[in-house]
Amino acid sequence: MSVVPISYYLVLSGVLFGLGVIAFVYKRNIITIFMSIELMLNAVNLAFVTFARAHDQLDGLVFVFFVIVVAAAEAAVGLAIVIMLSQNRQSLSIERINHLKL
Amino acid sequence: MSVPFLLFFVCGVLAVTGAILLIWAKEPIHSALSLILVMVSLAVLYLLLGAPFIAAIQIIVYAGAIMVLFVFVIMLLNAGAEEHTDFSRLAKYVGLPLGVILIFWAAYWLLRSPAGGGGVTGGLIAGPDSTQKLSKQLFQQFLFPFEATSILILIAILGALVLARKQE
Repeated sequence: MSVVPISYYLVLSGVLFGLGVIAFVYKRNIITIFMSIELMLNAVNLAFVTFARAHDQLDGLVFVFFVIVVAAAEAAVGLAIVIMLSQNRQSLSIERINHLKL
Repeated sequence: MSVPFLLFFVCGVLAVTGAILLIWAKEPIHSALSLILVMVSLAVLYLLLGAPFIAAIQIIVYAGAIMVLFVFVIMLLNAGAEEHTDFSRLAKYVGLPLGVILIFWAAYWLLRSPAGGGGVTGGLIAGPDSTQKLSKQLFQQFLFPFEATSILILIAILGALVLARKQE
């Protein structure tokens, strides 16, 4: 039985991370920007699992577990911030949220 | 072409399609649904890599909890189509090509990486008792970080409550 080479998984992970970066800089809705961060975290998780498999070490899987926990906490706090911002600004577009801009 | 290969290509294509749809979609809810597609196909890839526990929490925590939270917030805020004001010409003519170059550059170097020598079968993490081994690792070597995550979650709940409270 032939198996899928490790490098294929790494390429998929890299492509997904790149698409996440593009979505992060291209999208203008603050919720979608948040979702592209989640996409990048997913891509990194795939690389972690792949390397855990390649080196036959369980530590990579433990790291994926922690990444998922931190992503959950981040989503909770971040979406609370989004709700607060939309109440204050009446908009979700980051063109309108520019008060820290010089 | 064997079954793992076929499964990898189907799920890989689905994941990349979902990521592209996330960028393509105008409505945030469509982006959220395509992100769920990415997460489900990644869960299948985790199963293929012999990590059933990670695949399960990918579905339960990511596709279940986090994305439901996203969809709920989109519904709550009634988020419509995003408006693209004339964003800078620098971003359009330099940023997007550089992003595409980043993708191909990363793909090229990862394909040539020294770790890429053939797939691994069997081994420590792929057996039927891999979840048992993972839990032993988690509750022995990583016990302190594991307990610290519970405090992190607690603080995140408090933070979300304080932030989303009605301002008086």
